Amino acid sequence: MQKYSIFSLIKNAFTNHQNWEVAWKDPVPKKEYDIVIVGGGGHGLATAYYLAKEHKITNVAILEKGWIGGGNVGRNTTILRSNYMWDANGLFYEYGMKLWENLSQELNYNVMYSPRGIINLAHSDAQLNTYSRRGNSMRLNGIDAKMLGREELKKIIPFADFTSSARFPIFGGLMQPRGGTARHDAVAWGYARQADSMGVDIIQHCEVTGFDIVNGKLQGVQTSRGNIKTKKIGLCVAGSTSLLAEKLNMKLPIESHVLQACVSEPVKPFLDHVVTFGAGHFYCSQSDKGEMVMGGDLDGYNSYAQRGNLPTLQHVLSEGVAMFPNLSRLKMLRTWGGIMDMSMDGSPIIDKTHIEGVYLNCGWCYGGFKATPVSGWTFAYTIAQDRAHELNSKFKLNRFNTGHLIDEKGVGTKTWIG
Amino acid sequence: MLEIKCPYCGKRSQNEFSYGGDANIKRPELGKEISDSEWDNFVYFRKNPRGKHSELWHHVAGCRQWFKVSRDTSTHEIFKTSKLNEEL
Repeated sequence: MQKYSIFSLIKNAFTNHQNWEVAWKDPVPKKEYDIVIVGGGGHGLATAYYLAKEHKITNVAILEKGWIGGGNVGRNTTILRSNYMWDANGLFYEYGMKLWENLSQELNYNVMYSPRGIINLAHSDAQLNTYSRRGNSMRLNGIDAKMLGREELKKIIPFADFTSSARFPIFGGLMQPRGGTARHDAVAWGYARQADSMGVDIIQHCEVTGFDIVNGKLQGVQTSRGNIKTKKIGLCVAGSTSLLAEKLNMKLPIESHVLQACVSEPVKPFLDHVVTFGAGHFYCSQSDKGEMVMGGDLDGYNSYAQRGNLPTLQHVLSEGVAMFPNLSRLKMLRTWGGIMDMSMDGSPIIDKTHIEGVYLNCGWCYGGFKATPVSGWTFAYTIAQDRAHELNSKFKLNRFNTGHLIDEKGVGTKTWIG
Repeated sequence: MLEIKCPYCGKRSQNEFSYGGDANIKRPELGKEISDSEWDNFVYFRKNPRGKHSELWHHVAGCRQWFKVSRDTSTHEIFKTSKLNEEL
């Protein structure tokens, strides 16, 4: 594989950039693979990469219905964080943060990791108390967390509404200084390029239509490009998980919902951090191009449409304007939607299933992007070793039967309520 | 914007309603001996089809009645709405 560096850039400049190697091949599916990963998004690509790198299993195929990186990894708001209270989540995402820190070097692909800090604003004393509890829990798990007062916040986010007429006055906030953003497409492409170079077949425009299961054991998978034999399959299909589970006669604690995001026209530097509104569901950051990247609530009803409805967008942006009044002067550039696999306790599932050889990676709710490296890392371990790693040992499918829920937000099973 | 026909009030805009999820979930009968898995099934497991979905909506900023809606989850087309005690 050609190494990307300043020297290769200069060298290729002499030939008008006509001679770059393709970043990944377009192979014809083989008859048989050791492991098949369904879904060529961030999690699927990362899983294949870590299978090859950590477990030396390279006879792997990724089957993608559309094109790689065309789903949620290309539709998120690029936020990275590990500011969780429960141990299961905190330790898992914190391991992910450590993978993010070296990802550009590891993949030899600039994922534009930007640890600019994420700030959760508090708008009441009670909320400040809750945040300091969460901050303390984070610090006990070795995650960086810092409480900020109103005066400190005035200095670092001066455009937030600090006037006396603010509907939700800012009392303070919780900051994770190492939280931040990364370039989402580059993450997918970086993993794809490395996985491909180690021998993984990335097969695009190949839809899984069924599974061959004999006596509770997986034998192969039926696809739109023919049947493929395999003993192990990993599902990384986010919002489409229930559709594949149906083909396996499984019912899951998952609902698919559409989440919208949007960007404004580009403006000069305005916001240095990722900031979330505490009195509703709104978050924003500024991209390197200068666009304000914003998101918030689910549309609120089951949906497989990768587009949303205006009332939710209007609601979310009115929260944005309450937080940063001068956002109201910006023009909207683009809006889009992605299908979230909302689990019933808000936490993911990375586990084996009752069918031998079928592994499940789903339930990411709003937070799949930041988990990309650690999800791939732990899922690769689970598939290769046929057991969960300690990091994902709590993300079991049967926790909904045993009662060991990881209910970070305490909202119960109504996943559509922000 | 969805336009939803409340069986009591007629067509209204989506803003007046809130969502209640899968309409086929039945709470196990009171006093009946049930297994843990039947209970878990009731609490956590959902139909999640792409296509026609029967669901509950609440006319929360209107008559405050709950009712059933048959809607397509990929096109958002609404086929039919009915009162809770009627067939959808």
